[in-house]
Amino acid sequence: MKYFNLIWAALFRRKTRTLFTLLSVMAAFLLFGLLNSVREAFSSAGHSVAGASRLITISKVSFTMELPQSLYMRIQSVPGVGKATYANWFGGVYQDPKNFFANEAVPPGFFDVYTDFELPTAARHAFATTRTGAVVGASLAKRFHWKIGDKIPLQATIFPQKDGSNTWTFDLVGIYHIANPRERQQEDALFFNWKYFDEARQFGNGKVGWYITKVAQPKDADRVAQAIDAMSANSDHETKTQSEDAFQAAFVSQFADIGLIVGSIMGAVFFTLVLLTGNTMAQAVRERVPELAILKTIGFSNRSVLLLVLAESVLLLAIGGAVGLALAELAVSVIRTQIGAQIPMVPVGLTIWLQGLALMAFIGLLVGVLPARRGMRLRIVDALAGR
Amino acid sequence: MSPLVEIRNLSKVYTRGRQKIEVLHHVNLDIAPGDFLALMGPSGSGKTTLLNLIGGLDSPTEGTLSVGGQRIDRLGQSALARWRASNVGFVFQFYNLLPMLSATKNVELPLLLTKLPAAKRRSHAGVALELVGLADRAAHKPGELSGGQQQRVAIARAIVSDPTLLVCDEPTGDLDRQSAVEVLTLLQRLNRDHGKTVVMVTHDPKAAEYATHTLHLDKGTLVEGVVAAEKAAQAGS
Amino acid sequence: MRKFGIVLAIVAAAIVPVIALVTLPAWAILVGIALLGAWLALTRTGRQAWSATAVGIATIPQRLGSSSVVVVGIAGVVGVLIALLAMAEGFRSTLQQTGSDDTAIVLRAGSQTEINSVVDSDTIHVVAEEPQVMRDARGRQIASPEIVVDASIPKKGSTLDTNVEIRGVGEQVWELHPRLRIIAGRRFTPGLRELIVGKNAAREFANTSIGSKLELNGEPWIVVGEFDSGDAHDSELWADTNVVATTYHRGNSTSSVTVRLTSARLFDAFKAAITSNPQLKLQVQTTSTYYNAQSEGLTKIIRILGTTVAVIMAIGAIFGALNTMYAAIATRTREIATLRAIGFRGVPVVVSVLIETLLLAILGGAVGAGIAWALFDNYTASTLGANFSQVVFEFRVTPALLAAGLKWALAIGFLGGLFPALRAARMPVTDGLREL
Repeated sequence: MKYFNLIWAALFRRKTRTLFTLLSVMAAFLLFGLLNSVREAFSSAGHSVAGASRLITISKVSFTMELPQSLYMRIQSVPGVGKATYANWFGGVYQDPKNFFANEAVPPGFFDVYTDFELPTAARHAFATTRTGAVVGASLAKRFHWKIGDKIPLQATIFPQKDGSNTWTFDLVGIYHIANPRERQQEDALFFNWKYFDEARQFGNGKVGWYITKVAQPKDADRVAQAIDAMSANSDHETKTQSEDAFQAAFVSQFADIGLIVGSIMGAVFFTLVLLTGNTMAQAVRERVPELAILKTIGFSNRSVLLLVLAESVLLLAIGGAVGLALAELAVSVIRTQIGAQIPMVPVGLTIWLQGLALMAFIGLLVGVLPARRGMRLRIVDALAGR
Repeated sequence: MSPLVEIRNLSKVYTRGRQKIEVLHHVNLDIAPGDFLALMGPSGSGKTTLLNLIGGLDSPTEGTLSVGGQRIDRLGQSALARWRASNVGFVFQFYNLLPMLSATKNVELPLLLTKLPAAKRRSHAGVALELVGLADRAAHKPGELSGGQQQRVAIARAIVSDPTLLVCDEPTGDLDRQSAVEVLTLLQRLNRDHGKTVVMVTHDPKAAEYATHTLHLDKGTLVEGVVAAEKAAQAGS
Repeated sequence: MRKFGIVLAIVAAAIVPVIALVTLPAWAILVGIALLGAWLALTRTGRQAWSATAVGIATIPQRLGSSSVVVVGIAGVVGVLIALLAMAEGFRSTLQQTGSDDTAIVLRAGSQTEINSVVDSDTIHVVAEEPQVMRDARGRQIASPEIVVDASIPKKGSTLDTNVEIRGVGEQVWELHPRLRIIAGRRFTPGLRELIVGKNAAREFANTSIGSKLELNGEPWIVVGEFDSGDAHDSELWADTNVVATTYHRGNSTSSVTVRLTSARLFDAFKAAITSNPQLKLQVQTTSTYYNAQSEGLTKIIRILGTTVAVIMAIGAIFGALNTMYAAIATRTREIATLRAIGFRGVPVVVSVLIETLLLAILGGAVGAGIAWALFDNYTASTLGANFSQVVFEFRVTPALLAAGLKWALAIGFLGGLFPALRAARMPVTDGLREL
């Protein structure tokens, strides 16, 4: 640490150049933070803790095909099943299709399976007893300024009511929270009473979109899944049961290869950054040759000089990178509160910071190594003589 | 008393492309502890090369060189660096201070290589600056100091780790007369009062007068070794 | 404080040309370049500027490393920008080509997409009987009742199921898609469980080549032909709508009805006739409106994403260019001072530094555009479309996108070169000459 002053002073020897370089580094790591937040949101769709112990049962034909509700009792009787529930995708629109959020019809038991959705007991009771009751996640409520007691009208896109009307109106009876910030995009959803839905819809009555099963012992998951599918084998509603993680991962991968897109952009960004900071470091060392020679004259070893230049280059990356990542963290939290689930993003958390710091260190060493070797190898006698 | 610097049959050959240039040719020289030696000679005579060898900045091609009883002619680069850190102080014509550091921080530099704690480093640097009469300029950066002041900061840096040997290459070469006198008087004081052995390359006879001995180099060999005092006596008679 | 004010004023003044660069059409910029060329060639100051530029360019090889920062930095911005916009453009144009103004699609009111829609057989007949619907040579209405269902088929080389759209089509469907060609095999035979596969689907999805047997809802089907429609339907598999209805237990209902109108001008009348009928709860759109709406959301998101990424990268590139050009004029201090000393005025010096930066920028822009074009033009990608099924599309690197990329390059170069250019012009002659 005693060398810190020396490194710091060397870094800011040319204030303008260092500032410009820092701003470039900052821009690169701002992008790194933003893009990684999006990428993690997509990839974490398949890696939640709760999702591993939940099974999703869909129609083998396609997840857009519905299954008979009669399967519910039979699934519950499969050995190893803890609790089971089901849901229907409603696909309703609130005011404008741009206001997209998930809305599903579920029975009250849904919240016994999704225990990570924290819903107050009173609200759960109200949901079970209110025919037109609905609950929403906290971020969604915040986005549309909803409070308990509000009436929320949704325009059906799939399910008209029996009288042909497309307008379904729900009474908001509860707001749920999700503690884990990485799962919080699931707060952007509305759930309403399945019984009301099934009685009032024009067609499809007695059918559910998918079943969700919580297995009693996670190690039994594969066996339970096979048992559930075996019940419907060779029927007209064959099922496919997989873990919630696997289901979501498959679904997300259908949108796009986010990893490839983000990877390509980051590749271009960091290739440019390496060249840019590398050039700055080369210039910095070139014009400081006499000073480095002095340090060596005083008795700094070759290794010390090498480490000084490397430390300077890593410090350059670390300052710019940390500011950039901090900005990304800020930007992500603003974006998440302002536009909700339309662009999936996870908060810039520990993982992204660790990846970022590793990248800063790596690029810092990479761009520092050539100039540092030049500094290390310079001959004092030549450098002092201006050769 | 055994000499501080003992030079035997010392040669230095530089290779520039295919050409070999012998800059020093079988030099023999003893420098006693507490000496203030001026090295003079025309440019290209090898005086700076000799000084660099004595200071351990460069290694000879042939011959032996010991300082304070230690052979330094065959030391490797890192061993030489460690040796320089504790045994030699350097003063150059163009001061060679680090422009982005304050005077104190510049003086402190050699102490970074020691195990001294930060507070001790600061107080040592303060003492050294006090000694060169610049305690009131401690926080100034080199750009804010005059040439003479910068050179005194450089001298403070050279003595801060308390080396026995000071190696000075044209220390007054870039200074006006007044500043040069200040610097030379300072070197003389360090030599007389603090027992530093000083080796100084200069082309200025007036500067050489401050030394106790003057040696002349020409084409890589010592041409005469006359004690300055004798020379002065001859001139006076 | 005063210096800060000057910098602010310059920044404000610099914004105007940058906005002009980004918003002006390509021809206006070409005219601008031509005018600049004329000024360089014809006026005294211009000729001075040109000789100063030539001196600057001649020294570029000596500072290749730092000059390449400008080129590579801008190439990165332009490459990423063009690649992302090419994705949006490819998706948009694929869906846009799918629709036309003289065909109309009828869905159940409120359903937005075919997969959500149900239309019963009585309604199909009422719609087909409307007078605006065109009839073929034998007097039959050109109307295709269509069923859209999703089948789970993995992509080639993958085990993950993806949703592939199976479209049951009516007998008259060929009249609705005049551009569609069977490129291998034959059409399906009405009444049989036979499929034809779109060329993109055949390329992307496993087990969809001619002769392949597929199981749909438990029944065996066979692929007998491959078609090329040059639009989003290329991602689908088609079969006889009645047979699909049987396989999927749809009875007599379908998802939608598509009709050809005798003229695009009659669409309003057709729509009015259907929506005014109190018996029918339907929504009527031209197919071009329908498919354009499907591309809007994703296209917008990709464009916003692409522009945001490019803006952030551009900020980085501008600072890189500033560093490079400041370093360039620093190493050329003496040379610039000499030019000033022998009588060159400020303007030519400013212009020469700017031109040099812009030339490097254009080179970077061209490199970035070239890489984006080479890597991504016709690059195939797929995403989940409105019917929860895969839409395969190709990236399109259009000339307009290339021009946009070069405009960005010029804007970045302008901002990166302006301040160093002004510093070069303000540099006192004597200081410069003293600097050795």
